[in-house]
Order: sequence, then C-alpha cells, then structure tokens
Amino acid sequence: MIYEDVSSGSRTRRTLFGAARVLSALKIDGPLMVGLGLICAYGLIVLYSASGQSIATIVRTALRLLLGTIAMLVLARVNPNFLRRSTPWLYAAGCVLLMLVVTIGHVGMGARRWLNFGLFRFQPSELMKLAVPMMCAWYLHERPLPPGWAPLGALSVLILVPVGLVAIQPDVGTAALIALAGVLVIVLAGLRVRVMVALLVLAAVAAWFGWSFMHDYQRKRVLMFLNPQADPLGAGYHIIQSQIAIGSGGVFGKGWMNGSQAQLEFLPERSTDFIFAVIGEEFGLLGLLLLLLLYMFVVGRAIYLATQTQDTFARLLAGSLALTLFVYVFINAGMVTGLLPVVGVPLPLVSYGGSSVVTLLAGFGILMALYSRRKLVGS
Amino acid sequence: MPAVRIKDHWREQRLFDQRALACAAIMAVAIVGLIVRLFVLQVFRHEYYADLSQGNRVRNEPIPAARGLILDRHGEVIAGNQPAYQLELVPEEVPDLQQTLARLVQFDLIRAEDVDELERTIDSSRSFDSVPIRLRMSDEDIARFAVRRFEFPGLDIKTRQTRWYPNGELAVHALGYVGAISEQDLRHIDRAAYAGTSLIGKLGVESAYEPELHGTNGFREVLVNAQGRSVERQGAFVPNLRTKAPGAGEDLLLSIDLKVQRTAEAALAGHRGAVVALDPNNGDVIALVSLPGFDPTMFGRGITAGEYGILQNDIDRPLFNRALRGTYPPGSTVKPVIALAGLTYRVVDPLAHRYCAGSFHLPGSSFIYREYHNEHHGAVDLDDAIARSCDVYFYGLANEIGIDRMSTFMGPFGFGKPTGIDIGGEKAGILPSREWKKEAFSRPQDRVWFPGETVSLGIGQGYLTVTPIELAHYASILATRGKIWRPRVLAAYRDPRTGELHRIAPLSDGEVPGVAPEDWQRVVHGMIGVTTRGTAAAIGAHAAYSFAGKTGTAQVFTVARTEKYNAKLINERLRDHSWFIAFAPADQPRIALAVLEENGGAGASAAAPIARKVLDAYLLGADGKLKPQT
Repeated sequence: MIYEDVSSGSRTRRTLFGAARVLSALKIDGPLMVGLGLICAYGLIVLYSASGQSIATIVRTALRLLLGTIAMLVLARVNPNFLRRSTPWLYAAGCVLLMLVVTIGHVGMGARRWLNFGLFRFQPSELMKLAVPMMCAWYLHERPLPPGWAPLGALSVLILVPVGLVAIQPDVGTAALIALAGVLVIVLAGLRVRVMVALLVLAAVAAWFGWSFMHDYQRKRVLMFLNPQADPLGAGYHIIQSQIAIGSGGVFGKGWMNGSQAQLEFLPERSTDFIFAVIGEEFGLLGLLLLLLLYMFVVGRAIYLATQTQDTFARLLAGSLALTLFVYVFINAGMVTGLLPVVGVPLPLVSYGGSSVVTLLAGFGILMALYSRRKLVGS
Repeated sequence: MPAVRIKDHWREQRLFDQRALACAAIMAVAIVGLIVRLFVLQVFRHEYYADLSQGNRVRNEPIPAARGLILDRHGEVIAGNQPAYQLELVPEEVPDLQQTLARLVQFDLIRAEDVDELERTIDSSRSFDSVPIRLRMSDEDIARFAVRRFEFPGLDIKTRQTRWYPNGELAVHALGYVGAISEQDLRHIDRAAYAGTSLIGKLGVESAYEPELHGTNGFREVLVNAQGRSVERQGAFVPNLRTKAPGAGEDLLLSIDLKVQRTAEAALAGHRGAVVALDPNNGDVIALVSLPGFDPTMFGRGITAGEYGILQNDIDRPLFNRALRGTYPPGSTVKPVIALAGLTYRVVDPLAHRYCAGSFHLPGSSFIYREYHNEHHGAVDLDDAIARSCDVYFYGLANEIGIDRMSTFMGPFGFGKPTGIDIGGEKAGILPSREWKKEAFSRPQDRVWFPGETVSLGIGQGYLTVTPIELAHYASILATRGKIWRPRVLAAYRDPRTGELHRIAPLSDGEVPGVAPEDWQRVVHGMIGVTTRGTAAAIGAHAAYSFAGKTGTAQVFTVARTEKYNAKLINERLRDHSWFIAFAPADQPRIALAVLEENGGAGASAAAPIARKVLDAYLLGADGKLKPQT
C-alpha cells in the first residue's frame, strides 16, 4: 500500500518534470503558453455562442489557432541571432508586398488590403505588425541608448514608410497599430520624456492634418465617438447596442448562448470586433474580469520575460510585443465600452477571423525564442 | 572633439527595466479605468441597460378585447361580434408575386383594378409581415380559395372580429355604428388602448358608451430580432414571455324593446319621420326610431366612397337622426301645456265656453288667425278645446296668458333645451321669449316681440320648434303629472364573464312646479277626449286600455335646397308634418311617446295610427289584453 502511494506520487512528479523537459526542449515558456491557451479556449467558447452556434466558425478558428501555434512553435526554436540578421530582409520584403497591395491588391470592403495568391489571401499589413518593431529593435541594437536625434529621424522613416503604405489602402486602424508597435520600441529604448512631449504635440498637429485626408466613414467614426446618441440608427448604433449588451449583462451575465443582444442580432459584428460585448452580456462583469485577468497575466509574463533577455534587440522586441498585446486589448475593450472611438481593432485571440491570430501567436513564438536563448549570466 | 557614445549594457538594462515598470504602471491605470467603466455599465447602470435590452428583444403584440355586446331590454342581441375572414399574404413566402396576384384575379379573389395598389402595399411592408389583400371573404370565396390553396404558397385565410348587427338597419339611429378610427378620433383616444383594432364607436350607443364597450387590450410578448422578425428562440434558449389576457368590454343592456322598435319602424316604413317612446316612470327609452335609416354593418367592414356618397346625397337623408336632431314646429301638441298654463295662472275658467266661428281677431290688429281647414267648433270649453283641437280657443288663451308667462311655464316641460339623453348628438328646439328674440335677431325692428307671435305660439306655430325626443319627453311629463325623468337608453351593464347585471338608477330632473293636481286631471281628461271623441277618436276606438293623446299638424315653413329641382317632390314636401303624442294607460301610464311623420298631413290621419300600433305592441300581451304591470 505504502509502496503504491509513493509510486503514484512520483509518477505525478515524473509527469510534471517530463512536461517541463519537453517545453524547455521546445523552447516554450510554460506559464505564457498556459495563459495563451486559456484565452484561446475561452475565446472559442464565447465564439460558439457569438457565431450563433456555428460549428463551421469554430472549426475555421481552431484551424487558424493551430496554424498560429505551429508558427509559434517553429519561431520559438529559431536562433535569435538569425532572426536579428534576417530582420532587414523581412522588413524590405514586407514593404515590397505592401506596394504590390497598393498597385494590384484585391479590393474588399471598400479598401485594398489583400494579396490574392490563388489558394489564399494574404494581408501584408499583418506581417508589418511584426516586421516594424523588429526593424526598429534591429536598428537600435548596435546603437547607444537612449537614441539621439539622428537615429530618431532614421527610425521615423523606417516606421512611416510602411505605415503610409497601409494608411493609403486605406486602413488607418492597422496603420496606427503598426506605428504604435514601432513607437513602443523607441519608448522602451529610453526615449527622453521631453522628446515624447514634443512628439505628442507633433502628433496632434498631424491628427489635425490627417482629419482633412480622412475618408467619410473614418470621420464618422470619430464623430460618433464624441456623441453616439446623435444618430442612434446610423453611425452610433454599434456603440449604443454594445453598451446595452454589456450593461444588461450585469454582474453575472445572462448565461451562455442566452444574451438577447447578441443572439437576436441587435449587436453588430458580434463575433468579430464586438465579441467583448458578448462576453459582457452572457458572462457579466465576472466574465470580463476573468478575461482581463488572463490578458494581464499574459502581458505581465511577457514583460517579465522581456526584462530577462540580455541583448538590446531581444529586450526591445519582446517588450514591444508584450505592450502591443495590451494596447490591442485596451483599444478593443475601450471602443466596445464607449471609452474610445470605434476603430475596428479585434480583441486579440478571441475575435473571429483574419490572420491576426497567426501574427500574434507568431510574435509570442519570437518572444519565447528570445527568452530561451538568453545567456545565463553568472552561471 | 565630439563625444563618442559607447554602449553601456548595464545602463541600458536599467533604463529598459525602468521603462518597463513605467509602462506596467500606465497599463495598471488603464485597466483600472476600464474596470471602473465596466462597473458603471454593469453595476450602476445595469437596470437602465437591462430595460433597453428588454425593449430591444421584446415586442408587445396587442390582443384586442372583444367588444361588449349591445342587448335590448329582454336580452336580444342588437350588436354582437362575428369573425370575418380575410386573405393575407406573407411577401417572402410568395415565389412570384406578380403571377400570384394574376392568379388571384383569375379566380375572382381580388379585383384587377386593385392589383397596383396591392403591389404598392406589399412592397412597403416588411417581407415577413402578413399583409391583408382581401377583406370580407364570403363563404363562397373561402371555398374557392381553399381548394386551390396548394397553388398559393405564402397566402392564408385569417380571421378577425368585426361588429355584427343581426337586425340590420333596426334602431340604427339609437345604436350608432362602429367605423374606422379617424384623425379626429385619434386626438382624444389613448392610442395604446386602440392598438390592434381599427374600429371605434361612432354615434349613438356605440359612441356614447365606447369606453365601456371597448374593454382593455391584452398583450402578448413576442421575441423579435434586430430586423423586427418574430423568432422562437433566443440563441439556444426559449425565453419566458408574458401574456396578459384582454378584458372584454362590458355588455350593455338597453332599455329599448326591440319588439316595440320593430313595430314602430314597420308602421313608419316608407315615410320620413321619427318615433320616440319613453317609460314615463323612469325615462327609459322604449323605442327610438328615425327613418329612413342605413345598415350600420357597412361602416364596420369599411364603407366605400361610392356607398357613402349614395347615403349622403340621398334626398331623404338617411344619415340624419330626426329623432334627436330634427327640429319641427310642434303644432297643436302644445295645447295641453298651454291649457295647463292658463289654469295655473288662473286666466281661464275651464268650464266657461268660448265661441269658435273659425277665426280669431287679435284686438288692435287687422290680422285674422284662422282655424285649421276653416272648421267651426261652436261653443267649446277647455276639455272640448283640447279634445277637438280648437285653434280659436287657444289663440285667445295664449293672448291672455302672454308670452312671458307662457315661455316661463313651458321651460320645465323641456321645451327649448336638450333632454340630456345619454347618447350624443341631441339638438335643442327653440322656446321663444322676448329675450330669445332679442338674441336671435340682429335688425332692431326684428328684435321686438309682437303680440301676434304670442297668438301663433298658442297652437304651436311660429318660432317654437321641438325635436321628437323633446316632444316625447314632454308627453312623459304630462303622463306622470309633472315628474321629470331624464331619458336614457342604457338600463344596465352586464359583466361579460359572470353575467351579473348592474342596473343604473334612473335620473330625476325634478318636477314641474306649481301645477295643481286637479288642473293636471282636467288636461289629461281633455287628452283622453282626443282619443275617445276628439280628433283621434277613430284611432282610439276599441283600445284595450284608456289612452291620452294629442294630435298636431305643423306647417312646413322652409323648403330644403335639394327640393327645388323637382316640382312633384316640392308638392309632397310642402305638406304639413304630422304629429301625435300619447301616453297610456291614461291613469297609470307605462309608456309615453311622440310620433312624427314628415309631410304626413294631419296628425290624426298619419301619426296617430302609428302611435296606436306602438302602444299596442308595448302594452298588450299575446292575448290582446293589457299586460299586468310588472
């Protein structure tokens, strides 16, 4: 009897150690992997309800998650030095693809965003979400930090070229996110506070300038954000309905697959940009807090990993990827709850569709690769 | 020499850590902000949003209440409800709309000229809503559709409740009708209470007791999606939805006796006129007839412009309620009240004889007032003067009483003001007086009261006008020797569920002041004389009860504009109006009435026989004997 107890205990321990050995062999960070896995699982559960119980949607999403996981596993095993060395080529390739999109790309939803490769359509702007921060980190890798004026000028060009190409597709939302990923690298590199202030002022001027170049639908989104009640059946409809969905969910929610706003289609884009509201309606405040907790755990773990890496490229890139995830979550949650304008940023890992899941998981693969290959100082 | 910056890895690591920490702090603030926002939405404003969400997903579908029945005093149905069948079409379920409509025309289910209009209606409806395309289907239509139903996907026969008047035109002017809710109606009704029904009571009882008849709407909660389509399930679940049953309208038990009403309408049939019969003991309206009438069902099912035009342009004016709104000179029917005035003011000795030579000279005037048909009554006392309707006697009497006392005395008998009957639309006749004339005329020379006008008033001519209901009311006051009951059509409410009756207490308007009992008796005696030896002796013969009456013949003063086109008609329509008032049994009256036949000639020949039939119908049992008092 005693012998059996010991043996079962040791079996458990053996299993845990075995799993840890496998993860470390795969260069995978266990806690991060678990956090991401929980978010994706949560997302699938919500998506089943939000898609109107569509099995096909779940299957397609699961396939994308699988693809993303493979990308993550593959990238986690890549040598960071190789990654760093190939960054300029990746960046250059991305820019070329963006130019192709602008000239011969596939038109959908009133904008030219895709490249059609026959078998699949590809959004080069997704690639740039990784390539731009990589390029910025690469550029700063050899240079003393914080960066001086000249490097800042060079970085601006590196960021603005792809951002400009995306913006004229036109996809201002994605362009802003790409710019953000690059800017976060610079901020983490120690950009001086007074320079940041100066740049913010510049950004304000640029915003005013940008307004004059905006498409009508983009202007409408901004205006509707300022006063959603003004046109309840027009532009403000999304925000009003999503607030009703979240608010009517209360603390405990209406129950899975029982949210009237989502199930009866009052909530537009319920399985994509507004899926956060579906969680709020069906699982209530508790469901949203759980989701935010999971995101915070993943972001926190990612920042921790970033601080543990030891060369500039790895630190800046890892930090930027972690912060980018947070910004996506915050912008999506902010727009759905009416704190921010509706900009069409999906809730990462949960919203249905698009190649952003693959990009995100690939980014985390890179982050894991950077962390696992750190030089263990002092040992 | 420019400073060469060298990469300091330790310093850069520290810088990065600081920045990461700062970012973590900013993120923490942002997350707290987000959570606060979630608290506001999901905790503090939860109820507000829950209401909005409920309003989004649930539509209240009204369930119209069954309209109350209208019954006569014995419980016979005057107005009820009947299901009507209509053909409805759901646009999205119809594969080829044009072809379907063409086929319906082919089978005579819709009219070819309506197709364009129908297509427009269907186009403007939501694709999943049921659109009525044919109302009022006959049994034959239904059968014709039923056998070909398989050819018409998306079409179905639906039922709805419509008002049903089993007796057609009978009592229509008392009853009123239900018709489409008009713009005007919308201004004073609660729209929510009328959701789900397109009909409302118009005129008569249907209008006066609309709130009671209408009842209260029920509703059924229906789950709808964002397109407004009703759906069964909310996601994976069938939600709990409420239903409130409608409160049926109350049944109304009228005081009208349909048997008497039928008799009166049959007796007056073919003529224009009115009959109003009251129970003098409580004001109950036993019969209220105005002919010609119209079929109230037409309005409920939707009257066409053509049908309405015919009714409106009819020279006999079937839409005109003569009983309540027609004003006519009362003629000699006023003589009893003039006699009462003379007795009460002591200006006449009832037993003294006056000599009637067929005409009357007003002292100080050259005008001669003539007897009807130039009769010579010889020496007549008051009793005789009433019974034989001697004008000369009353010319003199009126002149002696004078206009002031006469109009004061006649007021309590209801002249010159509406009776206050519980159905609307009543008009008042004119009780002339010096003050009235001052008000009514603008030229100074017209505003003075002339003695000659007092003389005319003595025989119910001149400015004096009455409506048939006023005159019946007056007859009923004479019958009770001065008790005034307000006429009313509604006798009781009946609870539609329990069948319990709630009787309505009659409403007293007091008594005629200052008339001595023996004076009442004298005048009633004179009126009994009318039916035994006087002007209506032929009518009163062989009655199973004693009855008091008074004939009246009113000269036609005015010619309506529609009448000048046809010479033959003018002649007919210039004839005198024929009046008869009566009450019976004379000593203990149970019924008082007024009968008017427009252009019927003398009261005794046209109106009086009708009155006799009505009295018989009400008072006699199947054995032809006076029914015992109940």
